[in-house]
Amino acid sequence: MDWVNALAQGALLGGFYALLAAGLSLMFGVMRIVNLAHGLLAVAGAYVGVVVVEDAGLPLWVALVVAPLVLAGFGYLLQRGFLNRAVDLGGLVPVLVTFGVAVILTNLLQEWFTADSQSLRSGSFGTASVQLADGLSIGLLPAVTGLAGVLVVAALQWFLARTRSGRAMRAASDDPEVARLMGINEKHVYALATAIALATVGLAGVFLGMRTQFTPGYGDLVLIFAFEAVIIGGLGSLWGTLLGGLVLGVTQSLGSQIDPAYGFLIGHLVFLAVLAVRPAGLLPKVAVA
Amino acid sequence: MSAQTPAQQSATEPTPKPTAGSTAAAAPEKGGAHAAPSDTPTVRARVRRASLSSWIGAAVMLAVLAVLAMGPYVFDRGLQQRLVLLFALVVMGTAWNLLAGYGGMVSIGQQAFVGLGAYGLVYFGDVLGLSPFVAIVVGVLVAGLVSIPISWLTFRLVGGYFAIGTWVVAEVLRLVVAQTDAVGGGAGFTVRSFGGLDAVYRIAFVYWFGLAGAVVMVAATYLLMRSRLGLGFTAIRDDAVAAASLGVRVTLSKRIVYVVAAMGAAFGGGLTAANTLRVQPDSAFSISFTVAMIFVVVIGGIGSIEGPIVGAIVYWVLQDQLAQLGSWYLVILGAIVIAVTLYAPRGLWGLVSRGGRLRPFPVGYRLLDLPSAPSRTTAAAGAAAPDTPERN
Amino acid sequence: MSLLEITDLRARYGEFQALSGVSLSMEEGGVLAVVGANGAGKTTLLKTIAGIVPVAGGSVVFDGHDLAPLAAHQRTRLGIAVTPEGRRLFPNMTVEENLLVGGHTRRPGVWGLERLYDTFGVVGDIRARLGRHLSGGQQQAVAICRALMSNPKLLMLDEVSLGLAPVVVDQIYATLPTITEQGTTVLLVEQDAGHALAASDHVVCLLEGRTVLSGPSDQVSRADLASAYFGLAPSH
Repeated sequence: MDWVNALAQGALLGGFYALLAAGLSLMFGVMRIVNLAHGLLAVAGAYVGVVVVEDAGLPLWVALVVAPLVLAGFGYLLQRGFLNRAVDLGGLVPVLVTFGVAVILTNLLQEWFTADSQSLRSGSFGTASVQLADGLSIGLLPAVTGLAGVLVVAALQWFLARTRSGRAMRAASDDPEVARLMGINEKHVYALATAIALATVGLAGVFLGMRTQFTPGYGDLVLIFAFEAVIIGGLGSLWGTLLGGLVLGVTQSLGSQIDPAYGFLIGHLVFLAVLAVRPAGLLPKVAVA
Repeated sequence: MSAQTPAQQSATEPTPKPTAGSTAAAAPEKGGAHAAPSDTPTVRARVRRASLSSWIGAAVMLAVLAVLAMGPYVFDRGLQQRLVLLFALVVMGTAWNLLAGYGGMVSIGQQAFVGLGAYGLVYFGDVLGLSPFVAIVVGVLVAGLVSIPISWLTFRLVGGYFAIGTWVVAEVLRLVVAQTDAVGGGAGFTVRSFGGLDAVYRIAFVYWFGLAGAVVMVAATYLLMRSRLGLGFTAIRDDAVAAASLGVRVTLSKRIVYVVAAMGAAFGGGLTAANTLRVQPDSAFSISFTVAMIFVVVIGGIGSIEGPIVGAIVYWVLQDQLAQLGSWYLVILGAIVIAVTLYAPRGLWGLVSRGGRLRPFPVGYRLLDLPSAPSRTTAAAGAAAPDTPERN
Repeated sequence: MSLLEITDLRARYGEFQALSGVSLSMEEGGVLAVVGANGAGKTTLLKTIAGIVPVAGGSVVFDGHDLAPLAAHQRTRLGIAVTPEGRRLFPNMTVEENLLVGGHTRRPGVWGLERLYDTFGVVGDIRARLGRHLSGGQQQAVAICRALMSNPKLLMLDEVSLGLAPVVVDQIYATLPTITEQGTTVLLVEQDAGHALAASDHVVCLLEGRTVLSGPSDQVSRADLASAYFGLAPSH
């Protein structure tokens, strides 16, 4: 039963990883940007939660609304301000610019909130759980987080497939020049994509804050896990990212069941194994001609 | 990879491509005269790498090196130890520049090899009982060997994903080392293999060792870039597919650079460990090493040999001067990285060298008297490349 | 007032002076063909009108608006649409999605999904297929429909016949009257001068980035066009 429990917890953890990774996947899919500040922005979302809940004393659901909005606004400005130019210059530039953003934000957060670890008090919501069987219980918070991951991936997928802006993003991803000829302002569309990506990151950040203690440096780990989920699932595929998150969550959970010290290590090794055997990921988007 | 990338465009003296024109200025032979292909009018062009300014530059550098070599007789121990940090920065920065500036690979996982270098000193020196200096060299070689199978995995990732993939490898190594009791596990290890040596001598020897390492790393990079490989990299940077079709072995070239860059990072790790005598997995495999490398290279000037040296000095001085600013210091550095990358992609060195004319390390070619062109226009270094009109 | 008024237009393509003085004037309605040899500047002219290549000198006035300061997507809003050389459908989107993207900024007009499917039956039949799974002729038909989705005043077709079988080219050209009947003016860029002359009301020939010949298609002789095309002295 321990193993069944580990499997269930791992699947829920995987949903959380998918939530963390969806924005990274979206930004790569639309603009081919690998955002090295991704993990840190999730932590920034958690700090927005701290300001809303701990400082302003507002209820938790307000943080779940405010953090995505703040990060979306930041994302739009970041893309219009720097990243569009970085995308134009191409090559190493986007990586180096997002690296710079990560360094700046980490240290700003450290300056404002100190390097001490914090967390978001989630009260009974954080501790409630349902006993499904002997030795198998599902926490309310992990369940809601995991579900949020699935819903966000589904919503993004729907947005890209069914809406005018989503189609514009895919068109700009396929062929930016022709997209412009179709009347698409790709600078705006890119900024919109970053805004949406960071909104999901902000949401993920608040959940992160409820689930665990965090510091400004915690973004490193988030970036690595999100990245592993994206690569395991296959570049540019959101459903793949969900699958990648699940694989990573389950392996980490089962690994911890063997020895708590091995959880992350086994997750990394599974990632490297996927890279060795199926470098295109488990659900690769078919190669673009 | 697009040829317009400024970060890449800045790499090496713009050596004319083999396809650059009928005068075939791209004579690959070092400094020799070169006959044009037989289907074009025969033009003999004298090609030379060095200019007067590069001879002056080289003389100044030798003088500086001579002063630095006297360091242990002149500087106090504290300054020597701080200078060892500078040497480590030069080595690691040069290594990272080789990887990113010439190889086009941004890695944020070079701490994997920094850590291996540090633990090389621990394992081969303290555990196996070799002399610590030998131990560092063995550690560097081992890191170079280990980097080959690692490249099999990481080379499957491109661009930014390569960057993070290398980081995962570093994390794996950190977690494994932290579980290995023989080298102290998570708590770390205190280096004692210098045991018999008096502190005065130990610091002096480490200083000389570090200085020698910096000289070797820079010289190796210089020679590597002057070799056929360097020419191949210019071709890869301009157009990887075309380069491959012309017989440049892209992956092999990249792998060689990856291995050399790993060895440079490992040397930096071993040197730092010899300087501080304390090795811990969390700090030896810390991403802050790679962060420093990126600062050094981007600020100094990516894609030039001089850039990382300038960047290392600037970073080293700023670190001392701005330490009291705490986090703000890194905020400023991060902002500088963004500004430099977007608006001055050749970095500080690009600005002070007046667009590349001042070159102590001439790795490109300059055309001397080409009969078909006025000598006035060929006098400036690099003016022989019609396809790179912009000099920053 | 003419629909498109180009005066002494100059444009650079990198270091290369691709247009060094193109002038032409287009009335509303009908088909104008721009012909010229490879490298004469036809595609650059089209890209400069569309906003992909910046105006380096001279002026382009469309429907009373100076185009030079406008970005490509703003020009679409004024009623300019393009089928680019090589069709360039969005490869990972279905035909219908390609059309919907074409209608990203729609002006009022007759063209819409249903109308296009009715008029171009072949496109309706393949609406669910991905752009990269189509034959060259299908791609061209979809590319034209995609451009029509915005109900443009000016439709620019870049090298429609390139790489297509002659019978398919004929079919494509046969659709032009359907398009102009709805009030869309067509600018045709074509290397195949014979086709261009037959399908157009007015022809302009470019040579090395300059206008060297301009006239009503039924008054320009093939011989004159050929000498302008190759930069020879007039044959008579």
